Amino acid sequence: MILSVVFALLFYAATILLVVGVARKIAVYARTPAPLKIPVAPAPLTRAGVVWRMTKEITVFRSLFFSNKWIWLFGWMFHVALALVLARHLRYFTEPVWGWVALIQPFGKYAAFAMIAGLAGLWARRFLVDRVRYITSLSDHLMLALLMAIALSGLGIKYLSHTDIVDIKAYMLGLMYFDWQPLPADGFVLLHFSLVITLMVVFPISKLLHAPGMFFAPTRTQVDDAREVRHTAGWTAE
Amino acid sequence: MAKATFDTPELKPHQEVVDLPTVKPGTMHHLKTFPAKPVHNESIGYPGELVDDWQDKAVQRLGELVEGSKALRVFLDTCVKCGACTDKCHYFLGTQDPNNMPVARQDLLRSVYRRYFTFAGKHFPKLVGAKDFDKPMLDDWYNYFHQCSQCRRCSVFCPYGIDTAEISMAAREVMDSIGVGQKYCNEILGKVHKVGNNLGLPEPALVDTLEGLEEDVEEDTGVLVRFPVDQKGADVLLITPSADFFAEPHIDGLIGYGKVFHQAGISWTLSSYASEAANFSMFIGSADNLKKTAMRIREAALELGVKRIIVGECGHAWRVAYSFWNTLIGPFDFLDPKYPVPQHIVEFTYDLIQRGALELDKEANDHRRITFHDSCNVARASRMGNIPGGQFILPREVIKAAANNFFDMAPDTIHEKTFCCGGGGGLLTDDLMELRVKGAMPRMQALKQVVEENDVNTLVAICAICKTQFAKVLPYYQFDSHMITSLHEVVGDAIQLGAKE
Repeated sequence: MILSVVFALLFYAATILLVVGVARKIAVYARTPAPLKIPVAPAPLTRAGVVWRMTKEITVFRSLFFSNKWIWLFGWMFHVALALVLARHLRYFTEPVWGWVALIQPFGKYAAFAMIAGLAGLWARRFLVDRVRYITSLSDHLMLALLMAIALSGLGIKYLSHTDIVDIKAYMLGLMYFDWQPLPADGFVLLHFSLVITLMVVFPISKLLHAPGMFFAPTRTQVDDAREVRHTAGWTAE
Repeated sequence: MAKATFDTPELKPHQEVVDLPTVKPGTMHHLKTFPAKPVHNESIGYPGELVDDWQDKAVQRLGELVEGSKALRVFLDTCVKCGACTDKCHYFLGTQDPNNMPVARQDLLRSVYRRYFTFAGKHFPKLVGAKDFDKPMLDDWYNYFHQCSQCRRCSVFCPYGIDTAEISMAAREVMDSIGVGQKYCNEILGKVHKVGNNLGLPEPALVDTLEGLEEDVEEDTGVLVRFPVDQKGADVLLITPSADFFAEPHIDGLIGYGKVFHQAGISWTLSSYASEAANFSMFIGSADNLKKTAMRIREAALELGVKRIIVGECGHAWRVAYSFWNTLIGPFDFLDPKYPVPQHIVEFTYDLIQRGALELDKEANDHRRITFHDSCNVARASRMGNIPGGQFILPREVIKAAANNFFDMAPDTIHEKTFCCGGGGGLLTDDLMELRVKGAMPRMQALKQVVEENDVNTLVAICAICKTQFAKVLPYYQFDSHMITSLHEVVGDAIQLGAKE
């Protein structure tokens, strides 16, 4: 029972750190002025055009595709698989399980392997490509190790330890409704949970900020209308 | 100055783009551009030499810049070190120095930012590659942030739009603020403030030069084409880089503008007070100087009572004009609202051609086999016309209207993927010749291909820096330095003076 309580408290703390940390960062990004117009041309002439530009960046990683096919392949594979896996995990947090979540379960199962393949490809580049090796720091390896370990421990729960996931779901729902239930004390479960908690905590203080950050890059999100609309902000508004 | 002691990179036959180089750390570590003298720094509002408490001051200034720039703040946080940019910089391709990979260049500043401003960097510096701002780091900043031409090519390829130009501008501003400036940029900016242009050409000399030009053109063509200065009540104020007043091939472009205005019958004038389109303040990331330098143009336009402002062939000046003028010196409610403010000379000429207002004889350019170099600031930081990418279309259409033989270079080296000439961003100085020659290599490779396959003999550009740079580096690659030509020289040569009179 001690473990159940410890993990419950850790989950609450990690959730607060994640939500507050990311919200704070987003607030700072939003508040910081962009004094000059700096869209990278050719840029859209309308707000709707910018939405379309960003949609392509987020869904198919357009710039990365034209930049480097290997990074695109591994990176896109990892992110899409991660999205599927996360969506699949919603079934542990909902009762009854939403229809579309039930629908994607079979895909989500295989997505874990795609996720690992993507991570492995990205990690291999950090050793094999001299340019990427040069710019890699210890934290870049650790981040990949963390994600890889989360994926592997998740697979461990599914394929090796055969933990009763009904118990896990009861524990997660218990956390959400403050009605704590016993945590199945399986090694893979504890490992998986610990790693996810770690990821939640480091998110707001690491390069994972690229997720919210990319929505604030003036080079991509500004409209190309400098001559038509007078833009001022920060020191240019003084 | 001693003769260059470096090897010019070798170009491959029949190849569009350069081979991917391997990393060779430190190949350009020795290259340090001449530092500004105290008088240069002070003339533009910075401390003359390295201040006593420079580390604290630098960190403090960096903090202010991050507070005031969404771009800088976001770019310093979002890089995941994916490596997409690592093979995109012409200086890396030409030098193999890994610090010339965009992400590594950014990391020189990012590592300092992390050390002083982030939780991870304050408490676990080794883990996240955070570093103190010490003397070796300052030296690295000085060397490598003066090996970035702020061309934004890396930004096009970055999944998050991270723009190394913004980071290198910030780094130069931080260095200036502690008294570590670059001679080339700071001396030139001082001249603009004092005399009115980068060359330090005073008004009488400018008037003289332009009178001489009128005589030359009249001798050549038999027609009096005017090159007016300070003519109150003219319709158009032309703001052009001062290189156009004296150097080849720039001046032939100026003659071209004059012929276009002449045939269109539109009155125009230059300003002796604002006789410079260039604004090097952008290169050093100096907000105060950027505004002050731009403001001369508003003042000149008001003083002369013009209806329109047109900008001559200059890359970074067009970025400042197109993207920043409205913000810095607008609104332009005193100008004729029928025309965009500012307007590029290529937009102006293009409109005239569309309206049939110019009589062009393409055969006059039959001796030329032309290719076009998209200048980085025009290509990636501005626009022409009313559709995205007009900055690629309009110059090519104008060339094709004035000449029969046009050939584009390889697709990966033009439009928004264009390679910098190698001399932009405040690096067009002889003390950086090694960098300029090596950085030009990707452009030279693409040029070599069209020379081999299409017998191209003319490289047209619309940027004063590109023109000067190419005139200097073309011979290093066994090309004729006279290949580089102003776009409006091609136009001017095709114009049939007198045909419309």
